[in-house]
Amino acid sequence: MTLKLGVPSKGRLMEKTFDWFAERGIALSRTGSDREYAGAVEGIEGIALVLLSAGEVPRELAAGRIHLGVTGTDLIHEKLALWQSQLAEVAPMGFGHADLVIAVPRLWADVDTLDDLDAAAAAFRARHGYRLRIATKYHRLTREFLQGAGVADYALVDSQGATEGTVKNETAEAIADITSSGETLRANHLKILADGLILQSQATLWQSLVAEYAPEDRKALAALLERVG
Amino acid sequence: MATRAEVLARAAALRSVFERAGALTVETPILQPAELLLDLYGEDIRARAYVTSDALRGEQMLRPDFTVPVVQMHMAQGAEPARYTYAGEVFRRQESDAGRANEYMQVGYEVFDRADVAAADAEVFALFSEVVAGLGLRAATGDIGILMAAVAGLETTEARRAALMRHIWRPKRFRALIDRFAGRTPVPPTRAALLASDDPFADIGADIGVRTREEVEARIETLRADAASPPLGGAQLAALEALAEVRGPSPVALKRLDRLAGDLPTIRPALERTRARLAAMEARGIDTATLDFEASYGRTSMEYYDGFVFGFYAPGRDDLPAVATGGRYDALTRRLGNGSEIPAVGGVLRPGLMILLEAGS
Repeated sequence: MTLKLGVPSKGRLMEKTFDWFAERGIALSRTGSDREYAGAVEGIEGIALVLLSAGEVPRELAAGRIHLGVTGTDLIHEKLALWQSQLAEVAPMGFGHADLVIAVPRLWADVDTLDDLDAAAAAFRARHGYRLRIATKYHRLTREFLQGAGVADYALVDSQGATEGTVKNETAEAIADITSSGETLRANHLKILADGLILQSQATLWQSLVAEYAPEDRKALAALLERVG
Repeated sequence: MATRAEVLARAAALRSVFERAGALTVETPILQPAELLLDLYGEDIRARAYVTSDALRGEQMLRPDFTVPVVQMHMAQGAEPARYTYAGEVFRRQESDAGRANEYMQVGYEVFDRADVAAADAEVFALFSEVVAGLGLRAATGDIGILMAAVAGLETTEARRAALMRHIWRPKRFRALIDRFAGRTPVPPTRAALLASDDPFADIGADIGVRTREEVEARIETLRADAASPPLGGAQLAALEALAEVRGPSPVALKRLDRLAGDLPTIRPALERTRARLAAMEARGIDTATLDFEASYGRTSMEYYDGFVFGFYAPGRDDLPAVATGGRYDALTRRLGNGSEIPAVGGVLRPGLMILLEAGS
């Protein structure tokens, strides 16, 4: 057995992850052709690199098919209700910062807090005959957040991309989405609610607590934790 | 753990008890149209029910309870008065507690009868007491109609009464509204700035979305009117807050509520209904002198109970959900009745929990 480390297979998240490990003396690299998802680990013994989609890292960690994995806090919290008992947070990695927020049209001069959103939702439903729609791909986090705040008369509608455009396209009245600088929100005539921060997310190294660890895996894990902890 | 066969046998036996009490056995489909349940309970139901879908019928839910389909069936074709019983699985999505069952048997008894509301409440409660007798359970009772009547009678604006009424079933939000209407929560600076502004639309970018500028203006008007209204306060507010805390043996609790009715006179009819119910319970052999009554009981359950509410719990077993729960849901029959309505009360039992408790004792 080798200790399996799951890392995003593409883009900036992969590059930044490689850089982060390199700074700690562990060289991760893709091997083979550009299109082949195979990787290598140098500078430490007994660890294998698994390249996969960042969205699949939570599931693989929770199933114990990988021992370590890099992905955002947002995806872990959204996809794993019991993440505290399944995973340990090894290290926040200091990149991939993004906030999951509730945003509404800037036109809504009357809405600045969740309290306002709730009152506006009641009036909206009475007038239009359907519940105020909030577009998101973070269904569980958004619902728990709004339920905790006692907001009623809304409906979540699924949006897997270009969520900021749903209000203008009139498929939703508000959104719950990830933002880093807020620029896309502004460009789409949206504003963040004053108390609308659901979660602050960043790329994080996680350890699976449910995976099986052979004695040599424990040794490799200890060596890795010493470098990155 | 009870085997499935044991639970099924107990469910059938319980259903026979309800049949002997005069109920007609009914069946309902397991798959329910999601739209109706979402409409009734809002998005929160998605956290509690399994949703599935196909391309033809759209979203369907695995039935989270029997009440809604039984009410629908009665409103569509039922003769009056009617008593129904049923036994079957319900499905509850669990997202935080792996120890809680996501599929379990429920046996229910529902009464649709306009003749004597107090007698119907007492009939259901007495029947459930009898069925769970011997398990050493604690009974909890309440009446959501009392708090609703108190809110309806508050001397404040209609908008404030409506806002409070809408959140009766969300105690945390209800309390936040009370604090705001009473002027205990400071006005958020952005709200103050909005109300002082000559041009609230100075920095809005483009007009986008289904919610129009006119709707925004209408709400700003509402906010201005609210800011100009005197804060909720005085004896009425104190009485409302005391009411939510009333808890004790029924006669003691009722006496306290009677005193609060001095400042909240609109609760008197609800108190009379409670008194009539207690008399009807007494006539059925329930010891009401020791029966617990809590004015806020049932506020966190699914929001269809609007009168009498009850539950039976195993003392010292806070890890277990209620063995039986029930209540009155007149408003639900109105929502599902397409113009007609009928007073309705009922409850459900969990045979699996009954067997578990018997095995433990």
